[in-house]
Amino acid sequence: MVTAAEMLAVAAFLEGRHAQAFPSFGSERTGAPVVSFCRIDDKEIRLREPILEPDALIVQDPTLFKVIDVFQGLKPSGYLLVNSNRSLAELHLETIARQLPAGHALTVPASELALRHVGRPLPNAALLGAFAGLTRIVGLQAVNAAIGDAFAKNIAAANIAAATAAHDAVAAAAAAA
Amino acid sequence: MLKQIEGSRAMAEAIGLCRPEVICAYPITPQTHIVEGLGEMVRTGEISKCEFINVESEFAALSVAIGASAAGARAYTATASQGLLYMAEAVYNASGLGLPIVMTLGNRAIGAPINIWNDHSDAMAVCDSGWMQLFAETNQEAADLHIQAFRLAEELSMPVMVCVDGFILTHAVERVDIPEQAEVDAYLPPYEPVQVLDPKHPISIGAMVGPEAFTEVRYLQHYKQTLALRLIPEFAVEFKARFGRDSGGLLRSYRAEDAELIVVAMGSVNGTIKETIDEMRADGVPVGLVTLVSFRPFPTAALREQLVRARNVVVIEKSLAVGMGGPLANNVDLALRNVASAPQVHSVIAGLGGRPITRAALHRALRQALVQPWEGSHFLDLNEKIVAKELHYVRKVRRSGPTAENLLRRLGQAAEKSPV
Repeated sequence: MVTAAEMLAVAAFLEGRHAQAFPSFGSERTGAPVVSFCRIDDKEIRLREPILEPDALIVQDPTLFKVIDVFQGLKPSGYLLVNSNRSLAELHLETIARQLPAGHALTVPASELALRHVGRPLPNAALLGAFAGLTRIVGLQAVNAAIGDAFAKNIAAANIAAATAAHDAVAAAAAAA
Repeated sequence: MLKQIEGSRAMAEAIGLCRPEVICAYPITPQTHIVEGLGEMVRTGEISKCEFINVESEFAALSVAIGASAAGARAYTATASQGLLYMAEAVYNASGLGLPIVMTLGNRAIGAPINIWNDHSDAMAVCDSGWMQLFAETNQEAADLHIQAFRLAEELSMPVMVCVDGFILTHAVERVDIPEQAEVDAYLPPYEPVQVLDPKHPISIGAMVGPEAFTEVRYLQHYKQTLALRLIPEFAVEFKARFGRDSGGLLRSYRAEDAELIVVAMGSVNGTIKETIDEMRADGVPVGLVTLVSFRPFPTAALREQLVRARNVVVIEKSLAVGMGGPLANNVDLALRNVASAPQVHSVIAGLGGRPITRAALHRALRQALVQPWEGSHFLDLNEKIVAKELHYVRKVRRSGPTAENLLRRLGQAAEKSPV
């Protein structure tokens, strides 16, 4: 299983940066909440503690809001990206979004885009495309190259299409905001 | 070649470049990805002239490596935690027979209570078995140490364990420079055994030795590790000349020259400690670090030289010798034995069973060491509240039940009724 964090780390690496992706230190079983982390820097990353104060938070499954406090530690200047075909208001996330700079919080229907382009509701690639569009921490080209590295050719092409669609949707939303 | 790669995969590629001839291992988390990678590389022919042998247990895995090594093959295996304990008898046989096997240990806690996460209990359980033990700080070093380990093992005909923090390194995806085959070939010559089972020249290996020579066999084992104290730095210098990187050696220091307080630690936590030290230095606190790479042989003299000018030494370790304290702290104490006006040594037990070691916790411990040093072992981030409740409970109730289950209930992580 290639996690979104690992692909994001590869994308940053392809842009010549240092990146460190690692899984959660919690118990991992199917269906349980899973956290993975990614650090990106221009110099060697020495820190090995879990990320306690993220600059950006990607939520794959919005039903988690009821189970754990996923927003804990999110920096006031941070970014929030939620996989959902509903709006922030419909998800009751407007209070959280208002604590972040304007345009830093968005939802993207990543599972839906994956279903359309890949045929399965696996949102990783689309979320990374959207993440590139929202934060510009990495570029879409590098994200797509990382997706190309992670999957076999046909599946990669479908995931790249999903990532590009998500990126463009987010970029359009950001331009409108 | 620079790659963004999982630590386990990076190690597998580095081990493959060492041209192993026999690989055998039994899967156990968090080591599994390494041998999975190697198995795949043997199957595809990326590693040639190598036999990957499936075995039924860890005891068999190391026993096969022992046989293969005695027959003149470059042999490799990997394990962790209970897997290491299950092969314990063979661990002593490999070193007692002087067979240069290299084994990766994906460091993991030992049960009970069962726990799959990282600490150094497994390495400590066999640290006096006669194997050399090298600890990796990063995945780059983890990859590089394997190349140095085969060189060291075969030069001395003694086995080497490369200790790599489970999950924190084995499962982290980061930048690793994988060397070229020709460079590794130039650094690591083909294995030339000092003893070999050869039908053309029959010998026996594994004699019974009575009181007349047992001490001498042991002495020579110990003597070889003292030779390693010279070889390990030499091989690290040669490694740097060829590959351009500081990997291995007995130890490394960081901002320690003028430090009044020096931290001593092993493994991946050194990165987090360096970040903490930079933050404390920015506040004008004279703190430094000595990263121990070689735990066996223990570099007593080199460590003494690093520590002797400090006022305080804080040893941070991911292991606990129950009833004694920190085994690394104990060894550091030994390095300062008989030194006039030696620094005070303070022991911190941290990161047991995978508990994260954070900068915040390190700041608190190091500042306390400066203003109010403690005696005995300090357990970093110990949840004193649930410990106190449990102690109170077991004093009141004779049939208090299992400790682990009681503590989980107190944390709300077990469904059954809570204790009184």
